[in-house]
Amino acid sequence: MAHFTKATSVKDWLNQRLAIEKVEKVMASEYWIPKNINFLWAMGMVLAITFALLLVSGIFLLMYYQPDVKDAFYSVNYTIMRDVDFGWLWRHVHGVAASVVFLIIYIHMFTGIYYGSYKKGREMIWVSGMLLFVTFSAEAFSGYMLPWGQMSYWAGMVITNIFSLGGLHLDGLVEWIRGDYVPAQAFLTRFFMLHVLLLPLAIMGLIGLHFAALRIPHVNNQDGEEIDFNAESKKYLAGDKAGSKVIRFANDFMSKDLMVVGVFLIFFFYLVFFNYGFALDPVNFDPADGLKTPAHIYPEWYFLWSYEILRPFSVNIGLIAFGFAQVIFVLLPWLDRSPNAVPASRRGAFSIWFWVLLIDMIVLTAMGKLPPEGMFSTIGLVAAILFIALWIALPFITKNEKKV
Amino acid sequence: MHNSSRRGFMGKAFGAVAGVGAVGSLVAMKKTWDPLPSVKAAGFTTLDMSIYKEGELVTEKWRGKPIFVLKKTAEMVASQTESQKARDIVVGDSHFMLAIGLCTHLGCIPGYNAAEKSFLCACHGGMFNWAGEVTKVPPPRAFDIPPFKIEGNKIILGEAGPEYKAMKDSGITL
Amino acid sequence: MKNKEPLILVVVVAFTLLTYWLVEPYAHSVMHKHVESQNFAYADLAPFTKTGDAVNGKALVTGAAACTGCHSITKDGIPASVDAVSAAQTYGVNPPDLSNAGAIYDAKFLADLIKNPAHALKVEHKFDASKGQAHPMVAFYGAGGDIEQEVADMVAYIQKIAVKPSEVTPKMAYENACGRCHAVSYEKWTQIGEKPSFKFEKDSLAFDIKVLEYQDSLTKYMGKLPPDLSMYIRSRGEHYISTFMENPQAHLEGTAMPRVGVTADAAHKVIEYLEDAGDTKRHERESVGKMVLIYSVIFAILALLWKKQVWRDLH
Repeated sequence: MAHFTKATSVKDWLNQRLAIEKVEKVMASEYWIPKNINFLWAMGMVLAITFALLLVSGIFLLMYYQPDVKDAFYSVNYTIMRDVDFGWLWRHVHGVAASVVFLIIYIHMFTGIYYGSYKKGREMIWVSGMLLFVTFSAEAFSGYMLPWGQMSYWAGMVITNIFSLGGLHLDGLVEWIRGDYVPAQAFLTRFFMLHVLLLPLAIMGLIGLHFAALRIPHVNNQDGEEIDFNAESKKYLAGDKAGSKVIRFANDFMSKDLMVVGVFLIFFFYLVFFNYGFALDPVNFDPADGLKTPAHIYPEWYFLWSYEILRPFSVNIGLIAFGFAQVIFVLLPWLDRSPNAVPASRRGAFSIWFWVLLIDMIVLTAMGKLPPEGMFSTIGLVAAILFIALWIALPFITKNEKKV
Repeated sequence: MHNSSRRGFMGKAFGAVAGVGAVGSLVAMKKTWDPLPSVKAAGFTTLDMSIYKEGELVTEKWRGKPIFVLKKTAEMVASQTESQKARDIVVGDSHFMLAIGLCTHLGCIPGYNAAEKSFLCACHGGMFNWAGEVTKVPPPRAFDIPPFKIEGNKIILGEAGPEYKAMKDSGITL
Repeated sequence: MKNKEPLILVVVVAFTLLTYWLVEPYAHSVMHKHVESQNFAYADLAPFTKTGDAVNGKALVTGAAACTGCHSITKDGIPASVDAVSAAQTYGVNPPDLSNAGAIYDAKFLADLIKNPAHALKVEHKFDASKGQAHPMVAFYGAGGDIEQEVADMVAYIQKIAVKPSEVTPKMAYENACGRCHAVSYEKWTQIGEKPSFKFEKDSLAFDIKVLEYQDSLTKYMGKLPPDLSMYIRSRGEHYISTFMENPQAHLEGTAMPRVGVTADAAHKVIEYLEDAGDTKRHERESVGKMVLIYSVIFAILALLWKKQVWRDLH
């Protein structure tokens, strides 16, 4: 047994038992972050805050929500929105945060792609991040079922039908996932379970993995500079704060993070109170009706680009293209053959690739929502083919890149 | 040496037993997700086919899915192509288009345009004619026909009669 | 080191706004038919020029025009001849009480309605007199004098007994103009009135049965049961409901829903009623929203100042 002495203070008492000083050093004051970063590096903290908002608002919604096909819509739209004091606030925060979290995820992701933050030992950061993207997507989808409105029902119908895998006709698998021939009680209750327990657990585990993956390779910086963290941190501790290339996580980096969070929260709460229609789709305020398809069915905006890759093709090719789009991002660290871990602006052809991909995904997003008719169909098809072509071209583009 | 290989064996054996347990519990978990017996049992619907009016689309319900019933007009019957005739369901001397009213692409309910006698799916723009055949992709095939059995003037949905089996064998429906 | 942050911020914001514009305002403008509001002017109806005489109007309404054969005017002591359920069995829908009709409906509309109900209600596709499909409300063909003057008298009477237009409450407007077809369960409103709280389950069920019977007649009359409007303010929005009310045919050609002919003021009241039902906490949302935004700005300013202080040594 370890040796304990009479504690001189509460801190000392805790220190003997939990080594809080050491933990504080490892996690905060001597967790070294490069100084050469911009506000895009704060997106991780913004995501953590948004996740916290989702968790807290979700807890309060959970206290009044009824996962029953007869009562779900009422419990959300009457009980929570009208009866429960500030119930509307939790719902708006939850709905808007669920949408905004994807905006930040996309910014975070494209920041990583632009600065090459998935290379040279940072592959696991990228992979765990993409796994988080997938679980967040599943979390968003399962949560979207819960109000049991028209969009919940029909999105549930369309998305679970994807699992029949086109020409394979795995109707049994679809019925197994739903627990019924159509989305009904069994479907709602199991998606409720996924949304409030299994997926949040997975997300929290993956967030731990994502943070852990950062420790050894350290955070990238905006010039792709290789920093000797040992030497630079010694310099900092010796008092040359201005000359050192690194800063402490707390309070140095955190103060900048929280400044960005402050600006983000203004934007976020503006959306929550005054511009929430994009996140709380009007169609979902009609109760679910299995015998009436809404005039337009579209997923939430953050799924539109992959939905549009599914749509313009015949069913089997569409599914293959869709599957391709789901996994291809994970493989980025290996598809990028270039040795350079520097910003895209210094990488020639890759820089063009980056901007074309970004614009192509925005085009796909727009076409995914617009009705699939006439010109929109054509643009969607071209954009979908371009998306696939870009990824196939990536290894060839990057292979010939000169070392900078 | 002897000891460590024995330990290695015991470790592997223990791992194998643990694995069997894990697989066993996965089977239980899979079964728990299966549709309940009560859900499966509620799978039969009887339709009285004498009540439908010619040229008017009626939507019935079977296993929570919409069923389109369209009694074909004399002109429709006269103008039918071979492939359309093969999809015909004949009860007495009335001809019916009877099919699951879900788009074969991703399962939305197509809307019926009575003036043009065609179906348009709002989800991805697929179109079907009055006989249930695809006239515009993405849907990969005509409307599916539910298992049916003709009994006098009635049709039982969910039970496979000889007419349905013939259709299934010839690949007219899945 | 050049500070690139402003440029990066511009890029991020520009792409975000572009995406937002494409999937929200632009996509919705393509997906939904846009119907411009005519401000409830009812330009297709003949202008209302004659000054009516309410006394003569009352005589006509209760006498020659036989309005009170079907309509009650409780304010003037004329009760309904039958209850809502039986009325719906006869006419398809319970004819409205006329006590406050003068304050809720447009005068031009009322005049046209008296003379030619299917025309005023824009349901001539459903009630085509030439095909023998008569509207349940019988047209008034005149009581022997100048028909225009007689109609003006009747309208004058109906307006005189009604409350002042400014006194029309949201509930009054909704119940009279919409509530005989559309339930609003979140306000306990059924097509036959507000459901009271009953002491005994049996009485509660008896009331529900009456509602179901009424709904059966209504479904037969309209083709399908008109939807519950509890959440319509969130699912359709104010503009859609308001323009739909003004002219249902403009949104949904061939719909069985009649034009109800409310005044612009009454339409606002109906919207307010629906807001109370489906967006009950909107005032709280706006006031709390303002406070939270003010707080957020203060939070951001302090965060900025703290960051500046912490980073003073780092540069």
